[in-house]
Amino acid sequence: MTGPMGTGAGPKLELRGVKKRFGGKVVLDGVDIAVERGRSLVIIGGSGQGKSVTLKIAIGLMRPDAGKVLVDGRDVTRLGGAARRALATQFGMLFQGAALFDSLSVWENVAFRLVNADRVKRPEARARAVAALGRVGLGPEVADLYPGELSGGMQKRVGLARAVAAEPAILFFDEPTTGLDPINADMINDLIVEQVQRLGCTAVSITHDMVSARKIGDEIAMLHNGQIVWRGPTAEIDDSGNPYVDQFIHGRATGPITGGA
Amino acid sequence: MNPVQAVGRSTLGMARTAGAVALFAGRGVAAALTPPLFLGQLWRQLAQIGYFSLPVVGLTAVFTGAALALNIYTGGGRFNAEQIMPQIVALGITRELGPVLAALMLAGRVSAAIAAEIGAMRATEQIDALRTLSTDPFRYLVAPRLAAAVIVLPLLTVVADIIGIAGGWSVAVASLNFNGALYVKNTWDFLQSWDVVSGLIKSAVFGFIVALMGCYHGYNATGGARGVGRATTHAVVSAAILIFASDYLLTSVFSHK
Ligand SMILES: Nc1ncnc2c1ncn2[C@@H]1O[C@H](COP(=O)(O)OP(=O)(O)OP(=O)(O)O)[C@@H](O)[C@H]1O
Ligand SMILES: [Mg+2]
Repeated sequence: MTGPMGTGAGPKLELRGVKKRFGGKVVLDGVDIAVERGRSLVIIGGSGQGKSVTLKIAIGLMRPDAGKVLVDGRDVTRLGGAARRALATQFGMLFQGAALFDSLSVWENVAFRLVNADRVKRPEARARAVAALGRVGLGPEVADLYPGELSGGMQKRVGLARAVAAEPAILFFDEPTTGLDPINADMINDLIVEQVQRLGCTAVSITHDMVSARKIGDEIAMLHNGQIVWRGPTAEIDDSGNPYVDQFIHGRATGPITGGA
Repeated sequence: MNPVQAVGRSTLGMARTAGAVALFAGRGVAAALTPPLFLGQLWRQLAQIGYFSLPVVGLTAVFTGAALALNIYTGGGRFNAEQIMPQIVALGITRELGPVLAALMLAGRVSAAIAAEIGAMRATEQIDALRTLSTDPFRYLVAPRLAAAVIVLPLLTVVADIIGIAGGWSVAVASLNFNGALYVKNTWDFLQSWDVVSGLIKSAVFGFIVALMGCYHGYNATGGARGVGRATTHAVVSAAILIFASDYLLTSVFSHK
């Protein structure tokens, strides 16, 4: 298995000319984006612009109609079966709704990959799950609860613990702060930054929460009309000179972006 | 749209669905027959599908056996053939009613539950989450359900056969003046092992259909809670129709034996 830092030079993850349409509707129309090893990229964009689709293609949950996905410079677009499962051991993802398995207890969720894919013995897996819960600020008393018994903020934390439990090389976050109050949102942001630094991993997040984007991103890219219309360091987002970005970060109803989805 | 177009379009649609279901079934079977297997999940499903279906299957069987006995007794009386009622009941239950009724109960109970559970997992991205955790949903979700239903439904059918015949026996002894011991002896002497075995082969196929329809419709559910509701309905209806259709097909194949 590749360690968190991976090997070789070049970007850790790259999308090249990725296109995707559903029926007659073009969602992605040639997305080019690369993330350097150990960097955190945030993709912003309006609702329905295809942020989630971009993330699903990057992690291999969806196949693009055209274009490539490269991990460590290797084309993984068409991997399936065992090769795909092996590649997925490098990935961790926090889903928008946490996507915890509601038939399993909290610790079984966190240790899911350890128990089911890596075949680690349950007592050891449980100990590692409790440790992972500790890192996201949850005590061992939470381990035996079920996801339905947790608040939204706690579910997000458990989802984060599950995503980082197997020490992935790339972490994906789909709208990590959506649906949380500002204080819980900020705690999640802090935890994300902390975990990404601890693991030294590469991170790709999507959000339309600018507070979150500024906090967790080294770089920000904006997706609009199926393409990346701007990309730059987080510090430069306020002086991007890009009318789409300006309209988005200031939340103005008037500008080049016109309603729609 | 003119009628010819409509027929053509729905035929194409059906062919496409049949292809998609066949592909899904193939992936499910392949996952069930090759490692890694999830035995823990299999146990769970065996309990869910099998053990907890015993009461409904048993109740259905006992009443059907009793009603069948009454009907055949009355009908047989028209040409003085009341006395072969035990044999006809045994044949009807083992070859036809035991397998079909157990399967229909399972279609109502299990297809629906599977479709709802997997559909909800789809709607809340739990199926995507499985894949990001290096776990194939066909192995973790579909294969254990298919295997459990194929194993369990024949066992439930054996139970339904026994309880159904017992239902007929109770009516015969309690209100039709049959001799209990003679009833059992007549049934036992008459039944051939193929009567029972052919019913069990059918029920294994029905079990596959029940789980497959639940998994397929749940897995392909779209559109949130409404989609899950739709998936549940489709699972039950399509399982029931396929059970009847394959029942006829299998019976006609078996009757050439
Ligand atoms: N599986 C699918 N089938 C059909 N259409 C889809 C599918 N997934 C996404 N879409 C469509 O693609 C478009 C982009 O969806 P996506 O979920 O990526 O948007 P998003 O940028 O993440 O928006 P939001 O911020 O609201 O989550 C939407 O119009 C959506 O309807
Ligand atoms: Mg989205």
